[in-house]
Amino acid sequence: MTTDWRPSASFEMLGLRAQVLRQIREFMAEHAILEVETPVLIHSAVSDPNIQSFSVGFHHPNQPDQKKLYLHTSPEYAMKRLLAAGSGPIYQIIRVFRDNESGKLHNPEFSLLEWYQPYYDHHDLMDEADALLRKLDFKRTIRMSYSEVFEHHTGINPHQTERMELQKIAKQAGLHTAANDPSLLLDFIFSSKIAPNLGHDQPVFIYNYPACLCALANLTNDDPPQAERFELFISGVEIANGFNELCDVTEQKHRFEREMQLRHQTGNTDHTIDQRLLDAMTSGLPECAGVAVGIDRLLMVMKGCDDINQVIAFPVDRA
Amino acid sequence: MAIFSTNEFKPGLKVMLDGDPCAIMGNEFVKPGKGQAFNRVKLRNLKTGRVIERTLKSGDVMEGADVVDLELQYLYRDGELWHFMDQNTYEQYATDEKTMGEAAQWVKGEESCIVTLWNGVPLTVSAPTFVMLKITETDPGIRGDTATGGSKPATLETGAIVKVPLFVELGEIIKIDTRTGTYVGRAK
Repeated sequence: MTTDWRPSASFEMLGLRAQVLRQIREFMAEHAILEVETPVLIHSAVSDPNIQSFSVGFHHPNQPDQKKLYLHTSPEYAMKRLLAAGSGPIYQIIRVFRDNESGKLHNPEFSLLEWYQPYYDHHDLMDEADALLRKLDFKRTIRMSYSEVFEHHTGINPHQTERMELQKIAKQAGLHTAANDPSLLLDFIFSSKIAPNLGHDQPVFIYNYPACLCALANLTNDDPPQAERFELFISGVEIANGFNELCDVTEQKHRFEREMQLRHQTGNTDHTIDQRLLDAMTSGLPECAGVAVGIDRLLMVMKGCDDINQVIAFPVDRA
Repeated sequence: MAIFSTNEFKPGLKVMLDGDPCAIMGNEFVKPGKGQAFNRVKLRNLKTGRVIERTLKSGDVMEGADVVDLELQYLYRDGELWHFMDQNTYEQYATDEKTMGEAAQWVKGEESCIVTLWNGVPLTVSAPTFVMLKITETDPGIRGDTATGGSKPATLETGAIVKVPLFVELGEIIKIDTRTGTYVGRAK
């Protein structure tokens, strides 16, 4: 008999998890943010080429063919459809699923807190996230722009630096892969040289990312444009990611198509664009900001854990 | 030679890095939420012993290195080269001083050593963890002095010099830990 049947997290940790979930729900109720549920099984998998979905077969009792569905990797698209339909502020605490992710900071299924505030921009939402963190007994947050923190640690401006210079810094930092893609170079430099130093004295929000790292964030009209995106770092760990959300359906469609092209280049062809999201945005997504918080990692930094298995009762190898 | 992808990198796997054979020590998955996945890999250069950290994009590959560890018997030194034999196949291998490294000062003959071969040629030699060697030169022992804790240098039959307690005598056989080069005790 093995001991794999036992939880890998302590009961103290499971108690803390329950307490944090309760405090989040209290906070959301105090702020009149509505708790919602959206499907885990979805028709259109996420288009982001860096995120991989699990697929499952669905047999409808009255249809001969099996249909392919996906486990959601984030409730983002469905929650935006609720916003477009007029929900007002909403939040959700839900398990999401990502294939090909496992390590000290990753379990293929993990718990997300995701919330949206119509008519907020990303700074307003950082204020609200700060209030939530204070309720959970974290220190007051500080904010630094992506370029500020990038220049501080590498001496270069991430928005304007030539690719060759980024390649040089990446190579010095130990990147073995030959890379031309500026987003890969920036991600590598940020995650190896910068992120480990962030948020040790107090939680830090990093905001306004280079346009190539925009994901679903709105872009400013600056030259060069900046993505109105932010991330939260505590004890060197990425805890949350948020956007001043892109509401322009034409630009959204354009980004979807570009992501599909990237997927096709890597031989990944079975994804379709989420037409219902585009229809919702055509009907009108209110200007809003949204953020996703990794609850497992939040628990890790609260207790100084270095492995996600210490905060999950049954991580994937014991599931 | 085989090609290995980041998802096959396990501790102990031997791969080529910048022309040198390396052993993988660790492989950590790193991924920004919205970015590409990486593997941060820790390797030991088997030639220099140096530990290196490299990051690969997940799914990238490295060429395998033809590295094997053999247990060989040390036979003799011919002045320039040290000669070893595989006791199963009777195949003989010769290594130079550079390859012998630290191991050279601990062997006198007939010891079983771990010899790491790269493409069939000795790359490194590890002496047995413990060796028994005779003292050929040291100051006279202070009989009965087992308490003061003092030490003195002693030259061994292989030429190595180690620190031994004051009571140890010329001609005695002592046990040495070759990992640290320290005296462990007198032969029983």
